[in-house]
Formats: sequence, structure tokens, C-alpha cells
Amino acid sequence: MKKVKKLKKIRDLKQLIEQKEQERQQETRKVIAVSAGTCGQARGALEVIKALKKSLKAAGLNDQVVLRITGCHGFCEAEPNLIIYPDRIFYQKLTPADVPTIVEETIKDGRVVEKYLYRDPVTKRRVWYENEIPFYQKQKRIVLGDNVFVDPTSLYDYLSIGGFRSFLKALEELSPENIIETVKKSGLRGRGGAGFPTGVKWEATRRSPGQPKYIICNGDEGDPGAYMDRSVLEGNPYRVIEGMMIGALAIGASEGYFYVRDEYPLAVRHVTFALEQLYQAGLLGKNILGSGFSFDLHITKGAGAFVCGEETALIASIEGKVGEPRQRPPFPAQKGLWGKPTCINNVETWANIPLIIKNGADWFSSIGTRGSKGTKIFSLVGKINNTGLVEVPMGITLREIIYDIGGGIPDGKAFKAVQTGGPSGGCLPASMLDLPIDYESLTAAGSIMGSGGMIVMDEKTCMVDVALYFLNFLRDESCGKCISCREGTQRMWEIVKDISEGKGKPGDLELLEELAIATKEASMCGLGQTAANPVLSTLRYFRHEFEAHIYEKRCPAGVCKSLIRYVVIPEKCTGCEACKRACPTGAITGTRKDVHSIIYDKCIKCGACLDACRFEAIEAQRDEAITVIKEVSI
Amino acid sequence: MSTSQNLNLDRVQEIVERYGHNKNKLIAILQDIQAVYHYLPAEALRQVSRLLKIPLIDIISVATFYRAFSLKPRGEHVATVCMGTACHVRGAPRILEEFERQLNIHRGETSEDGKWSLETVACLGCCAIGPVVVVDGEYHAHTSIRKVPMILSKYRK
Repeated sequence: MKKVKKLKKIRDLKQLIEQKEQERQQETRKVIAVSAGTCGQARGALEVIKALKKSLKAAGLNDQVVLRITGCHGFCEAEPNLIIYPDRIFYQKLTPADVPTIVEETIKDGRVVEKYLYRDPVTKRRVWYENEIPFYQKQKRIVLGDNVFVDPTSLYDYLSIGGFRSFLKALEELSPENIIETVKKSGLRGRGGAGFPTGVKWEATRRSPGQPKYIICNGDEGDPGAYMDRSVLEGNPYRVIEGMMIGALAIGASEGYFYVRDEYPLAVRHVTFALEQLYQAGLLGKNILGSGFSFDLHITKGAGAFVCGEETALIASIEGKVGEPRQRPPFPAQKGLWGKPTCINNVETWANIPLIIKNGADWFSSIGTRGSKGTKIFSLVGKINNTGLVEVPMGITLREIIYDIGGGIPDGKAFKAVQTGGPSGGCLPASMLDLPIDYESLTAAGSIMGSGGMIVMDEKTCMVDVALYFLNFLRDESCGKCISCREGTQRMWEIVKDISEGKGKPGDLELLEELAIATKEASMCGLGQTAANPVLSTLRYFRHEFEAHIYEKRCPAGVCKSLIRYVVIPEKCTGCEACKRACPTGAITGTRKDVHSIIYDKCIKCGACLDACRFEAIEAQRDEAITVIKEVSI
Repeated sequence: MSTSQNLNLDRVQEIVERYGHNKNKLIAILQDIQAVYHYLPAEALRQVSRLLKIPLIDIISVATFYRAFSLKPRGEHVATVCMGTACHVRGAPRILEEFERQLNIHRGETSEDGKWSLETVACLGCCAIGPVVVVDGEYHAHTSIRKVPMILSKYRK
């Protein structure tokens, strides 16, 4: 473990920051920044790093090159990737075998190796530099941008980009009221999804009677399809902690908690490590830098319950109890952790704070729309060419995100819907693509901003199946306290399940809507109150798909297993045997160069043949067995 | 709850002590116990109940509420299939079914020989590289039905 020097005085920290900033400025060596977040590591980033160390050593370049292992660079599609500074040459999709060439050609001789560069899928041109890649061009990476510059396990790296200068400013120059005023004026709203004005929350906690006061960082990013908080915690934990320290000063809190999902081991590791370093450096604990300000910060791991993202449930969980939400008011600002005033903010919200203090409220509020200021990070995933984390100014349209940044839908398929806001959100159709993104517009359209998951769906995605997916998730994650949520999600799931299996009846959709509204109105916490959104939004925009399942016993997208069967199109089949090899149950017959066929008794409709076929010779067609299903359901 | 024979419970005492017998740290204590034994043995929970002076029923209620805890012994290897939205639209349910076929157990079960447990997770947050499967802590990106036997064989040696 890297030891850090204990800082006793404010002056010591200032000097250290200056020294580290200077060291960075005067750095003349090449820097290789390797993206090694969880996704990067899953794609082999650690092996690439090992190979880099070996190759650099073999070439005798150890001292002439800085190898920086960073968090996620955001362009997940291109993992493992690295950027070579000062030129910002971006190499992607690397394997350890590529490393010696890179060291030999680029590091030693300064030549760019074309084949490792990003290739624009539209223009087919190779792009040399990171900042010229279309994926990055329309983004405004104020929160994520620093990920490439810091080793998340090094406090000194964070100091060298001016880290903790905002904390010093808050400590020395600003009163708690000033800080709160700045945050209020900036227009920052909660990035966890609900969009409550952050400064107002801080003020309420500060004014609330009761000591001690607590602050909490909500890192229980439970929305499936959202991982921006993981990336921030993994890639730049010090930024979040600095935000929390400024918050503690403003609110008058003496203790804070990180609540991080158990499913994010690397984030837990990096935060834990950062906390240890800050205690060692004297930046956490009693009488920080001799200023009289004391602040303790702990980390608590979640244990895999989605509802714990809700603030009252999260508090119960930190207290070691079952994570059930409770009625509000009193709000946590009045009665939170251990019954004391508590301010809970999301990871991304805290990460914005140092930037606002550093650059001012006006700078922040100049970005975005009238009601939604700053940037928002979205995880752009699903059926999209450039998957990854995108940070964009509020007010950008869905079309810009999906087509300009995301590069559109793969394999020439048509866009069908984009799901935002996780299980509390909804699916928006193509007619909504020009919607400018802010809290209000998304809510009006029947979805929500949510924590930032953005799952793109193409024509091969069945919206009944998507509604079923979310209902299954919600019935599973409902804590069971409110009957409307517990039974409502269960019953809605049963109805949609029947529809997906061809057992839907006239009147089902009306019943579904009635249940949806009851669940929404009678449930206590956010989970139940928004549980109907996936159903209501899919019904609003894709009712015809539900109707096709109910009245025609047909799944237009070819997804719902009970309503389809796979067939070989003889004219297209080349007899290559790819599907035969892919089939896990041996349901495909046919010899090489002969048209294959499917034995239906053996077919389990897994779709492996469809994926394997390169000639589109396998199709999901309406199952003739629907007549049987019809009879059963009558 | 399963019975646990000849289990060395020294570690339980040690873990509870590490948290200073703090009742509020129950979840963290259970997490650490599970990290040692790979599940929460009934005996260990009774021990925690005695040491923390919390009724066993309250401990069970916490242990069954949170998905991360298992009251049943888990297999030597644990395969976890991510069921997040992004993985779902890219075929996660089919991957899960293939694991069920290959291992001959259902989700949430452990094979009779104690070799394998098959679990699901709501989302691992690696949505860009889905469908994702984690085996013994190792991430496998862009999985497909065809890759399932290959993934398994790596751990079957």
C-alpha cells in the first residue's frame, strides 16, 4: 500500500497540491493511460497491463514512460483501450499480443499503428486521437473527464489535477451559508433520479435541529442497465469524497457514510482504499488540518436489495436492519440515520460539488436547460453501436445521444424504443427521439430521468417481453410492506405473462391499467409509486404489440417463445452447418451444403441457431401451434 | 436451515469482535461470515445471536431479506448470470437456460455433488459487455449459448 504523508496544517495541503500540480505540468515523459474499470478488466485490461510492464522493461523504457492504470474511459465498446499522452493517441480492443508492437512502434519510434486505432463505422476512416472520435465529440465530460488523468488509488494523482482545492476554498473562504447558496444557485438537482434541488436539501438538513448530523453517499445503483456511479466510484473516488467533505462543512455534519452495492467489488475496494489514504493524510478524522473541522467517513456495503436505493430503506440498512422503506415525512433531513438529521445524495451529485465550488454557480448553470442544469451521465447500452458511458449537457435530444454519440443501431436494424429510468421509468418510441432531455420533459413523456440507464431496443425487441421483464424484477424486489405494491406487481406480472404466452384475454389491458394506477397511488415508497411506469409507458406507445399478442396470438418481434417457432428458409440456407453446431439440443439436421431442417420435438426455442446463422436463413415465425393455445385459453 | 457439522466457529467470534459487538453492524458481520463459509451456517447465526444478544428470528429476517445471503451451502464454483436490462435484451434468459441445461440444476440451486451453484443477479453494471456471466469472481463478457460449455470447462478441470 502506498503510504502518504500526514498533513498537519492547511498550508501543508496547499504546498502539496502545488507541488503535485507542478510535477504534472513538468512531466515530459509519455504517459500510457490504460482503462481498467470492471468492464475493462473483464475484457482483459489487466493482462494488457502486465504485457505493457513486461515490454517496457524489456525495451529499457521503464523510466521513460509513465504507466497509469485508470478507471473507465467510458467507451466500453472499445475495451480494453489505452490513450498515449501527450498526443492522445487512442488504441482500442487490445490483447497482450498487441503490446510489443505498440511499445516498439509508438512509444519508442513515435509511429502510430493504424490497426489498433478506432475505425469510424460510418466513414470507415481510422481516427488517430481520442478527442476526434465521434463518440466523445458531442459529450461534455465534466464529471467523467478526469477519469483518464488519475490513478484512482493515488491521492497524489488527484491532488495533481487540483484535487481538494475546492475543499480548501470551502474551508477557508466560504461560510456554510455561502456554500449552500452557491449550490442552490447552480441549479444542481439530485442525480439519483428524482431531481430534488440539492441545495434545498442541504439547507433543510442544516436548519434541522439535532446533533450530530450525517451525510450519506447513495451508491446503491440498483437500476438494471445503469452503471455511471460505479464508474465514478471506481475511477475517481476522491472527487466524490471531496464533494462530501464540502457538503459536511455546509450542513454541519460530523460523520458520513458511503453505501455501495455489494455487486461492485472494485468500487468498494477503491473507495475503501481512498478513505484509508485520507485518514493517513489527516484529511479525514478529528480536527482536519488544524482547522477545527472534524469529519469521519465510513463505507457500508449493500447486500443485494434494490429497494435499498430508496433513502429511508437505505438508512435502515446502514443501521443493520431489514431494508424496508418507511413513511415520509419526517424526511431524512429531519429524522434520518439513528433519528438524526441526514442528507443523502447520489454519487454523481456529490461528484458535481467540487466542480461547482471551483468554477462557480454561474458556470454550472450556464450548462443545460432552464429547469435542469449541468450534465448528466447516461449508460448507453442495449442494441446500440457505441455502448458506453456518455456525459451530455441537459437538453440534448435522444436522437443526438443515440445516433451522433451512439452511432445508431447495429446490423442495420430499425430503432424501436429507448428505455430510461430503470424499473421506475418507461420506454419511449421513435416519435420521441427529438425530445430534449431534462427532468420535466422525460416525466411528461411517461418515463423519468432516473439514475441514467438508457437501454436502446431495436425491432427485434418485444415490448410485451420488456414489460414482463420489469414486472418480474419489481415483484421480486418489492419489499412486501405495502400490499398494493406486493400484490399489484405480482398480479400485473401474471397478466402480462399470460399475454406473452398467448393466453391473453379481451379486457386484460384495461385491468392492467386499473391495477397500474392502484399500485401507483396506494404504495408508500418510490418503488411502488413508479412500478407501473414500465407497463403504462409500453401500453401508451406500443399498445398494438400487446393487442397482437392477445387477439392474433402473435409476437411481432419474434421473441415470446410460446408464440413462435424457428424455421429454416430453404432459399437462403447454404448448408454451412453453423446452426447445427450451435444448437444445444441437436435439433437441427442436414448435411453440409444441404438445406437444414429443425426437428420441432427437440427444439427448445433458445434462438442459438438464429444467432449463429450468417445468411438470415433462420426466422422466428408465428407458431402454428397457436391454434392449440387458442383452444386452451377459451 | 441446513445443519452444519463440525464447523469451526472460531472465525465467527473473531468477526463479531472485529466489529466491537456492534448490533448495528449485523449486515457487515453476516457478509464477513459468508465470505469465510460461502454461506450462512445455522450454527454461525445462533452464535451471532448469542454474541450480539439479538433474537435469532431477527437475524434470520435480515439474512433472508437481502439477496446476497445464502442459508444453504453453495457449490465449489458459483456461476452468476446477470439479468440486467441490457443483458436481457441481448439474450440473458437464454444464457441462463443453457446454464441450467448444462449443469442440470435450476437457478438458485446447487448441484448434488456440491460442485456448482447457479445464481442470478439483478445487474452487475457491466452493461456494455453483456450478456455477462461471473464464475468464481471472474467476469465473462459477451457470452452466448455456444460459449457456455467453454466457460464451464475452464472450471471443470
